[in-house]
Amino acid sequence: MLTVHNLTCVRGTRPLFTGVDFAVAPGSWAHVRGPNGVGKTSLLRILAGLAKPEEGEVRWNGEKIGGEEFRRELMYLGHRAAVKDDLTALENLVFAAEMDGATLSREHAEDALQRFGLAGREDLPVRFLSAGQKRRVLLARTVTRRAKLWILDEPFTALDVKAVDFLANLVAEHVKAGGMAVLTSHQAIPLAPGQVVEL
Amino acid sequence: MSSLRPPETARALGLAGTDAVLSEPQASPFKAMLSVLRRDLLLAMRRKAEVLTALFFFLIVSSLFPLGIGPEPALLRKIGPGVLWVGALLATMLGLQRMFYSDHLDGTLEQMVLSSAPLPLLVTGKVIAHWLVSGLPVVVLAPVLGLQFDLDPGALWILALGLLIGTPVLSLIGAVGAALTLGVRGGGALLSLLVLPLYIPTLIFGAGAVQAHLSGQGAGGHLSLLGALLALTLFFVPWATTAALRISLE
Amino acid sequence: MSYRLINWFKLSSPYSFFPLAGRMIPWFWALALVFGVAGLYMGFFVAPTDATQGDSYRIIFLHVPASWLSMFIYIVMAFWAGMGLAFNTRLSSMWALSLAPTGALMAFLSLWTGALWGKPTWGAWWVWDARLTSELILLFLYLGFMALHAAIDEPRRADRAAAVLALVGVVNVPIIYFSVKWWNTLHQGSSVSMTKAPSMAQTMLWGMLLMALCFWMYSIAAALTRLRAVILEREAHTDWVLRLPEATA
Repeated sequence: MLTVHNLTCVRGTRPLFTGVDFAVAPGSWAHVRGPNGVGKTSLLRILAGLAKPEEGEVRWNGEKIGGEEFRRELMYLGHRAAVKDDLTALENLVFAAEMDGATLSREHAEDALQRFGLAGREDLPVRFLSAGQKRRVLLARTVTRRAKLWILDEPFTALDVKAVDFLANLVAEHVKAGGMAVLTSHQAIPLAPGQVVEL
Repeated sequence: MSSLRPPETARALGLAGTDAVLSEPQASPFKAMLSVLRRDLLLAMRRKAEVLTALFFFLIVSSLFPLGIGPEPALLRKIGPGVLWVGALLATMLGLQRMFYSDHLDGTLEQMVLSSAPLPLLVTGKVIAHWLVSGLPVVVLAPVLGLQFDLDPGALWILALGLLIGTPVLSLIGAVGAALTLGVRGGGALLSLLVLPLYIPTLIFGAGAVQAHLSGQGAGGHLSLLGALLALTLFFVPWATTAALRISLE
Repeated sequence: MSYRLINWFKLSSPYSFFPLAGRMIPWFWALALVFGVAGLYMGFFVAPTDATQGDSYRIIFLHVPASWLSMFIYIVMAFWAGMGLAFNTRLSSMWALSLAPTGALMAFLSLWTGALWGKPTWGAWWVWDARLTSELILLFLYLGFMALHAAIDEPRRADRAAAVLALVGVVNVPIIYFSVKWWNTLHQGSSVSMTKAPSMAQTMLWGMLLMALCFWMYSIAAALTRLRAVILEREAHTDWVLRLPEATA
């Protein structure tokens, strides 16, 4: 259960947003909306624990975020593809898993990549993939890593219609199974409507 | 931890043997550290040019001094240890930017900060990788270059030993600087300004060890001090770097 | 005023501290003037001519206090920067930032007066004495602090990053001083040393102490003045600043 209380974010001297309050219960998701530059990415980064708010707090199951337990249950995918260009898609996935102290076998990594339409491209350095394909390498982590809370910043960018549907399905299943998600997107999100947080 | 993928979901997604696909985070943070170490080494191997550039820089700089000062053997023997140590310092510094910058650019640094492994350990892994790529070659190359300065085998041995203990200190201290100047304007030059004053004790003890040996006093004291510096930095730097990284990512 | 009547936490906001600083500054200038006059009088008229160095030694009345202050200010600066980092108080970080240029000035003054002392006494503008070399490194540490702060646009992030640097520096300063001293004694058997000043007559000591107090008062006055400027700059968007007479000028 993610609770956000009285969140205020300041950039330099300009306040981006003030007094943001909402909660995301298990089995639900939140859509953060607002015009460009209003601070959606900043809000998501604060939720993930990467940035600190000027005022207010974020709590996960009643405790302040940022601890090991929270990070274990969190998956954050930001704007950038978060993959190393010089490594292959497979290597990227395996190293990402190992960074959590876990193991991911080659077959399972290949399987995950194939689910995301990257069959035949697992052993190419990610440099050679298109922007959309790079994003999908990272999204493959949604399959290989258990996380209760998904924080996704513009996850549908650079994806084609099929991939958008696939990802939307994933999120829907995740939420249905009791997970939580917070999303931002410029495009319409093909999901059953969730909570809307307007910045 | 309860599974979030009931069998129906898994089948819907076409995943067989779901529980096996999903990796179970184990309590093995050292494994995470080794993984980061391996990853960085792999990346360095794929960008050999970058790595070798620093090494060639060390070579060239060490040759510049005799060219600028004169080839007289007695003089060269005197300046040799100092010149080689300064060269090692500068070569290490050239590679410091590499430690966090590319990870910061492509977003993998954020993922590292958010991973459930302790960040200080991951940082240590990165520093070790940096040392293996930037520092260790210097340790191996320096005695060879020392021959250019007409140093005797005993002195070369002390030089190598001092560098072996000292170059990790340089990588460690440099890590703090690299983390602080991440994504900051004028990064490279600013990093040098921040880090070089902090390198001075290592330089003094390292070069001093060789000079002490040459003057017959024995290098034991200097080398122990270098060892103490290594212990001190090994203990404090991961925490300082972690704090600096979090600040830089805000 | 009893301690309980002063709300100390209220003072930690830039808004509250700004007028207080303004009132304190003239007093510190006055103190600096008084101590300065007394110290210079002691140093130049009362203290005896030295047997070995003649009158040229009198520069230590500037050199030694400047050295003391440069090191003292660095520690104070690191302390307040650390406070700002730990407790997220804005004023602490602003105070550290205000202290830095004054500390750097003291380090520079120490180096300059050291050179002026070295020339007539030992014939060289620069001697690699342990103290001078440490002062040079300290100057670099100050410059690094200021450069890092200036290079980061976002003020709070700049405060925090510079604080980490200052704390790393403060741990290093004793190590650097020790290593430089070691280096110096190994290489120079000679008696060139500014720490081995002429054996202190009482009046000489008094002169140095008075000058040290003078520099200290000056530093506080200068840093407070700078602090007020920093506060105005950072809080430029707030109501109370916009209502100040300076704002409408």
